[in-house]
Order: sequence, then structure tokens, then C-alpha cells
Amino acid sequence: MAGIRNSLRMARKRSSEQGNEGKMRTWKRYAAALAMVATLAGCATTATNPNDPLEPFNRAMFQFNEGLDNVLLKPAGEAYRAAIPDLVRTGVTNFFSNIEDLWIGANNLLQGKVEEGLTDVMRFLVNTFFGFTVLDIASDAGMTKHGEDFGQTLGRWGVGSGPYLVLPIFGPSTFRDGVGLAVDFRADPVVQVDHVPTRNTLYTGRVVSDRANLLDASRILEEAALDKYIFVRDSYLQRRRSLIYDGNPPREALTANDESRR
Amino acid sequence: MRTLLLSLSLALLLAAPLGYAQENAPDVLVKNITMEVIGIVKQDKDIQAGNSKKISGLVEQKILPHFNFTRMTQIAMAVNWRRATPEQQKQLTEQFKTLLVRTYSNALSLYRDQAINFKPLRARPQDTDVTVRSEIKQQGAQAVTLDYDMEKTPNGWKVYDMKVGGVSLVTTYREEFSSQVREGGIDGLLKVLASKNRQLEAKARI
Repeated sequence: MAGIRNSLRMARKRSSEQGNEGKMRTWKRYAAALAMVATLAGCATTATNPNDPLEPFNRAMFQFNEGLDNVLLKPAGEAYRAAIPDLVRTGVTNFFSNIEDLWIGANNLLQGKVEEGLTDVMRFLVNTFFGFTVLDIASDAGMTKHGEDFGQTLGRWGVGSGPYLVLPIFGPSTFRDGVGLAVDFRADPVVQVDHVPTRNTLYTGRVVSDRANLLDASRILEEAALDKYIFVRDSYLQRRRSLIYDGNPPREALTANDESRR
Repeated sequence: MRTLLLSLSLALLLAAPLGYAQENAPDVLVKNITMEVIGIVKQDKDIQAGNSKKISGLVEQKILPHFNFTRMTQIAMAVNWRRATPEQQKQLTEQFKTLLVRTYSNALSLYRDQAINFKPLRARPQDTDVTVRSEIKQQGAQAVTLDYDMEKTPNGWKVYDMKVGGVSLVTTYREEFSSQVREGGIDGLLKVLASKNRQLEAKARI
């Protein structure tokens, strides 16, 4: 287990040391690290779900993330929500939403969705210059907010999701989405900030704001799930599939073992 | 003048069956109930504060009659449904219903004044299995889609699955159920469900 974590950490460390010219190489290293995780975890596998051959490893990582969330992220999110007025929190959410719109637009364009991509660019311009980066007046003006990332773009290009994979800190993912995340990371405007204290403040602010926005949802999840690991995994996989098809995935073949439809 | 009369009579001719169809249309049904329920939530401070008894009351009275819980449980149980005795099936449906009502009530208490859009229904009039699509707008994030899978029954249109952000409520439980059944059989699953419900019930009372 320590070996797995080390190889991931190494891959991340190396990638952060590289400039843009190493994009392809970083990719390969991520892929290599992921493959290593697969091989190592595969040795001890007793998983039953075909989408999740790494279940023992994933469960361990899930527990680790849960622990981290319980002692750090969730309390931070709660404190933030208790201390900061609604209006300010919305402004913070809008700010982080605004800076990601360009990358969302780029992904829409990469997927050939020109109209959506241009809308995202317009959103960024309108909200930056007329919304002072903290107001989402583009939405009020009828420019729909989208949610795209490189994992979805890969999916749209026909790359299969590969096995389910729980990443340390980042949480639920798949092999494909893990690679996507590495690319998203390179394109993240916050990563481009050179001033280290500012960059760290932005990182922290975003994590805390995101977590605060998820407080209610995570409480519902907690109450709804019999086995939280399975609930999160199956929701994640369905959610990603739905996102790749922009909310209209073809009806699944899961009716094959569905008694009620025969 | 003649064209006006003609179009008027045409409109009347068309409107009669249309009005009838609309009353029974699944999307109109969902829309009406949604509007009614959020109208109540918006005005009720107790519900907004999370008074679970009041919320469950609202859900049971307004929403439950339009759900087919037996069908939902059947889909969630998949192959294991047939392996359960009629008595077990009845209990499973009852427990799953309690859990779903709780989840639904939780979500409902979070509603403030987000705009809900209904998308045009894409179905032919003779269809008996349709999906009614809607979305909830939210600040700084992509809208959350909320889709209802519905079937026509002798007692009107009934919901048999809900998809939140593309995640099916019923399918998500499928794997959970099958893993419990693998471990402890149908009775094991029933026990887990019952104790989960008791636990949530106790928590809600505090």
C-alpha cells in the first residue's frame, strides 16, 4: 500500500516540477502510476463488481478520504458556512465558477460543441467585466452554465472509463477520469498563479467553499446509503456516464437482469 | 372575417380533445404536483427549518400516491425479487418506501427558491412509458437535472424511478441490495433496511 501511495506521490511531484513541454510525459507517468496501482491492487482482489476490480484498494482509499473529510474538510466547511454570510459565499462560489468557465469552454470545443463552447467564453467575459468576477450575471442573461472536464472530453472521444478508482484526496474517479484530472490540473488557472501565498489561499478557499456547498448533499447521502462506499461508487459511475452524454445517455443494457421488464 | 371564424372553430375543435389529453398528460401531472408542493414549502417556515414530521406528512399526502413503490423495489432487487416470498416482497417494499420517503423529504427541506424548468415532453400520445425531464437552477454551478420515469397504469401515471443529475435512485440501490443479499440472504437485507430506518427515525425525533 505504501508503495502505491509513493508512486502516485512521485508522479504528482514530478509533474509539478515540469514545465508545459512535459505534458505528454506527465500523462504517461500518470498512466504508469495508475497501471501500477492496478497491478498491485489486483493481487489481493476479491471484488464482485465488474466495474470495480480494485475494490479492496479502493475501499481502503475511501476510508482514508472519509477520515480526512471527518477531521478536516467537513469541519472546515461547516465553520466557513457558519461564519460567512450567504451573499459572500455565493460570491466566492461564483468567483471559482467563473475562472473555470474558460477551460469548460475549451472542453466543449474539443468535443465539437461549438455553441456551448462559445457560450462558456462569453460567460467568462460577461462575468469578469460586468459581474466583477463575483456575480453570475451571465446566467441571469440566459447563458447556461455547463460542467465539462477533460475526463468527459475523453469519454466523448470514445475512451472507455476503465476500472473505478478512488484517488487519495480527490476521491471517486476512474482510470480515464484520473488521466483527465491530471490534464485539468495543468489547465487550472489557480495552478498558474506564481505568487505562492496567493495560490495556496486560492486552493484552500476553493476546497473549503466546495465542501461547504456539499454539506447538505453529503448529509442526505449519509442517510440514504446502506453501504456508503457502494452508494458513492455507483452514483459516481452513473453520474459520469450521464455527463458524457450531456444528460441524455442511451438507455442502459442493465435491463438484461431486470425481472420487472421481462 | 371568414379566416378568423374558421381558425376559431378549428381552435375549438382542437382544444376539446387537447384539454382532455393535457389533464392526463404525465408531464402536466408532475409539473402541477411540483408547483403545489414547492408552493407549500416556500411558505412553511417549519419545513424550511427541517421539521421532519411535517415534511413527511407533505410527501405522504401529495407525492406518495403518484409513486409505484412495488415496481421500484422490484427493479432495485433485480433477480433477487423472484427469490423472495410474497411476504418478503411486501416487507421489502414497505422498508424501501420508508427509506426513499426519508431521502425525498431531506432533499425537499433544502428547497429555497431555485427556479425549476420543465422540458417539453418527448413522447407520442400512445406511449405508456415516458420520462418527464426537469432541471433545478443553482448559483455558480450547472443546473441539476431531475428526471421522472413514469408508466401508465389503470390508476393513472405512476413514477417508478427518479434520476437526480443522471443518477437513478433505484439503480443505485441495486448493487447495495445485491451485496446485502449475498452476505445475509433476503432476510439479511430486510434486517439491514429495518435497522437503518429505525436509526433514522430515532435521529429525527431528537
